[in-house]
Amino acid sequence: MMLLRRFWAEFRENRIALAALVVVVLVSLLAVFAPLITPQNPYDMTGLSLMDARRPPGFVGSGGYTHLLGTDPQGRDLLSAILYGLRISIQIGLAAGLVALTIGATLGILAAYAGGRIEMLIMRVVDLQLSFPAILLALVLVALLGQGKAQLIGALVAAQYAYFARTAYGAATSERRKDYIEAARATPLAPSRVILRHLLPNCTPPLIVVATVQIANSISLEATLSFLGLGLPVTEPSLGMLISNGFPYMMSGRYWISVYPGVALIVLIVAINIVGDQIRDQFNPRLRK
Amino acid sequence: MSFLSVDRVTRRFGPTLSLGEKIAARLGADVETRAVQAVNDVTLAVEKGRTLGLVGESGCGKSTLGRVIAGILAPSEGAVLLDGQPVMQGTNKVTTRVQTVFQDPFASLDPRMKVGEAVAEGPIAHGLTARAQAAEYVAGWFARVGLDPAWAERYPHQFSGGQRQRIAIARALAMQPDLLICDEPVASLDVSIQAQIINLFLDLRRDLGLTCVFISHDLSVVRHICDRMAVMYLGRIVEEGETGAVFDSPAHPYTRALLASVPELVLDGEELVRFAPIQGEVPSPYDPPAGCHYNPRCPFAQDRCRAEAPALRLLPNGRHAACHFAEELPAG
Amino acid sequence: MSVLDVRDLRTHFFTRAGVVKAVDGVSFTLEKGEILGLVGESGSGKTVTGFSLLGLVDPPGRIVEGSIRLNGKELVGMSDRDLRKRRGREISMVFQDPIATLNPMLTIGQQMRMALEAHGRVGPRAAVTRSEELLAKVGIPSPRARLRSYPHEFSGGMRQRVAIAIALLHSPSVIVADEPTTALDVSIQAQILHTMRDLARETGTALIWISHDLAVVSSLATRLAVMYAGRVVEEGPTAAILRDPRHPYTAGLIASLPAMAEPGTALTQIPGTTPSLLSLPPGCPFAPRCTHATEACTSEPVLERHGTRGWACFHPVGGVPA
Repeated sequence: MMLLRRFWAEFRENRIALAALVVVVLVSLLAVFAPLITPQNPYDMTGLSLMDARRPPGFVGSGGYTHLLGTDPQGRDLLSAILYGLRISIQIGLAAGLVALTIGATLGILAAYAGGRIEMLIMRVVDLQLSFPAILLALVLVALLGQGKAQLIGALVAAQYAYFARTAYGAATSERRKDYIEAARATPLAPSRVILRHLLPNCTPPLIVVATVQIANSISLEATLSFLGLGLPVTEPSLGMLISNGFPYMMSGRYWISVYPGVALIVLIVAINIVGDQIRDQFNPRLRK
Repeated sequence: MSFLSVDRVTRRFGPTLSLGEKIAARLGADVETRAVQAVNDVTLAVEKGRTLGLVGESGCGKSTLGRVIAGILAPSEGAVLLDGQPVMQGTNKVTTRVQTVFQDPFASLDPRMKVGEAVAEGPIAHGLTARAQAAEYVAGWFARVGLDPAWAERYPHQFSGGQRQRIAIARALAMQPDLLICDEPVASLDVSIQAQIINLFLDLRRDLGLTCVFISHDLSVVRHICDRMAVMYLGRIVEEGETGAVFDSPAHPYTRALLASVPELVLDGEELVRFAPIQGEVPSPYDPPAGCHYNPRCPFAQDRCRAEAPALRLLPNGRHAACHFAEELPAG
Repeated sequence: MSVLDVRDLRTHFFTRAGVVKAVDGVSFTLEKGEILGLVGESGSGKTVTGFSLLGLVDPPGRIVEGSIRLNGKELVGMSDRDLRKRRGREISMVFQDPIATLNPMLTIGQQMRMALEAHGRVGPRAAVTRSEELLAKVGIPSPRARLRSYPHEFSGGMRQRVAIAIALLHSPSVIVADEPTTALDVSIQAQILHTMRDLARETGTALIWISHDLAVVSSLATRLAVMYAGRVVEEGPTAAILRDPRHPYTAGLIASLPAMAEPGTALTQIPGTTPSLLSLPPGCPFAPRCTHATEACTSEPVLERHGTRGWACFHPVGGVPA
């Protein structure tokens, strides 16, 4: 508890990181409470009117309220769509990040602890996968698995667990050599206990850092896939699809359809990365004052 | 049969080459592919309730031998028997009767585990105490090693080096071992704290009737607490005997030189500090000299020493020494 | 005139947790060719004292008070440029871990030449001659050939010899050696101690030998300064301090050595632990662990001189001399 408090005190000193954290929290809250905030449910196709399509920001539509950020080609209120889109993005990013963290950390720590053949097998597969761009792998998988949230998360996990595995493996191999692990093995304690109670907790700091960055990466990867039309169905527009939907109108002056979702995406990803950087700096003893 | 018997133990470390290194070696690059004999055919015995000191310079294999006896490393050849029972089966340690205190108390305690929990987890796992009574059990050991039992709720970083070493000792003793391996337990402590831990060790050993293997490069500490001592050089034991006798009349030329090289305060003599360096350096363990490993540095070496490795043999004075000419060395 | 004259040196570290007074009132002098042993446990300030002498204290630490006069020139407050000019030429340092001070990518010869050229141009032939001469002096066999070797090709003891040779390149007035044999084996340590003793005698370089090991320091040093909690608590000729320690801490340190007791018997121990420099009690820092401590010890004793030696204690072992 004391450690946590000291960590927070140090975090607070970096104004930019603090601002970024506020942004992340704010955006997350907006996304979570989107149904309560937004004037419109953008998934309810019956509530949409093509009359309202592609209207500029400030337009008062058939619903009787102002479209602060304008509307998209289907006549959706863009602000509502963005908030719902953020909701999906964060959901998918978190889910994919956490599942990839669990799988990757398990594999990496197992490889480091077991050594020998198991280590060879796991780490060669991981290295092989790391030599491919994540986006390529995700593309192929989504194309194979089909559309849908579960499939998308599956593809993102498959594309990203390797980063966690590498990080966990690196942390675990250096921790494993330390005397406290040797002491636990010499007691002797069961391998499962050594791994879960000793090795894992001491490997968490670098994993937390990678997790923050990878959640941001999942979000942008999901947006990329959706932009390419391989993400979620059209009935549930995520940020990537909104950008994609507005893309044909970019040159005709209807910039808002693409730009506002894009801005939302960039703000979220940059904020998460700044928070992640700060956490990394704080965990890195060499940068410690 | 002795309480602890180390029976012709050899421990080799093969180089663990990565794929790249293997390829490089195949292409003729300078990659070390030879194995090191860290411990070479060592036979030792310790009687119940006695303390054996294991001394030697870095790389002599004393720590590796300690880890083999402790059941942390499996021997490549030979066996370690405690009360006639093997300490290890295959690569698994099968007894809790041997416990270890490590050198660096900053590294040997899990930084993310409360120290009370660290002391309790082994005994709970092996049924030495019930989970419900664990706190009481731990408090008992804390008091025993001179720590406030209320500190069980703290983390390692809240303690000084000496206190951490007390915790590490409590953790080892809470397993109720019959044999305690101490791997340089005071080497990383401050001088004024060393004496505290040595005194604690002496008390506990007496009260619990512990048998100990005490690994140290500090000869004055070994002289103070060990009944017998074994001197190692490049994986082999070169001399073994009663501690006092070895210090008074070392039988092996290496022991003699090693004892002389340690600066020692002589407060009642003419000169304050007495020491004499050994010539040369310890050869590479990858490529130890033929015959007696000590021959290139030994002032008494003869042709036989360069050809034939001397066996550890019993001398008339009850000492074991691995030197062809142990009886014929000039006095002094 | 003394080669080095340190007066009331205070080096503090301004950390997040508070001010750490690592060195808090250290004074000593060093004559030409003299070997001074700086003895203390971890946290006693001995290493920070050494770093302060070379102007190598990094933020958040800084010298807040005191004076360091090297060959009559005041070093405290001197610009970095002027300090750099003196470092290596007038005062140099040997560290505990030679691996950390030698560049793994350069040969020993290249590094020695760079060290030589740091203070003016040196011809390549002259550099080789000088380097070879010094490697020979510190006892490295076939020095000319070894100039072409990289640090990893040397053993730990030989590497420390190279570090000493580099420190000696410009024949400085003072060398500060920070635990240079702690990482080495006893047989190698003994060799280096012998070499250093001869070198100091031969070159006239004064030496400050920092160590936690009384026996090791005493094998070299003609005088000792014992440090505790950032202060020198006792200072004087080695033999006098060892045979007749006056400060209770020094006496405790000597008495606690295993060599001072019958084998198997309890050692004389100093109770308690070394204090945290963040929260030192007022008065004598050793008082909480001291069996001699009284009411008087709540105010801080200063180092008082008694002939050739001095101690900072109100109740010295053996009483106060008349």
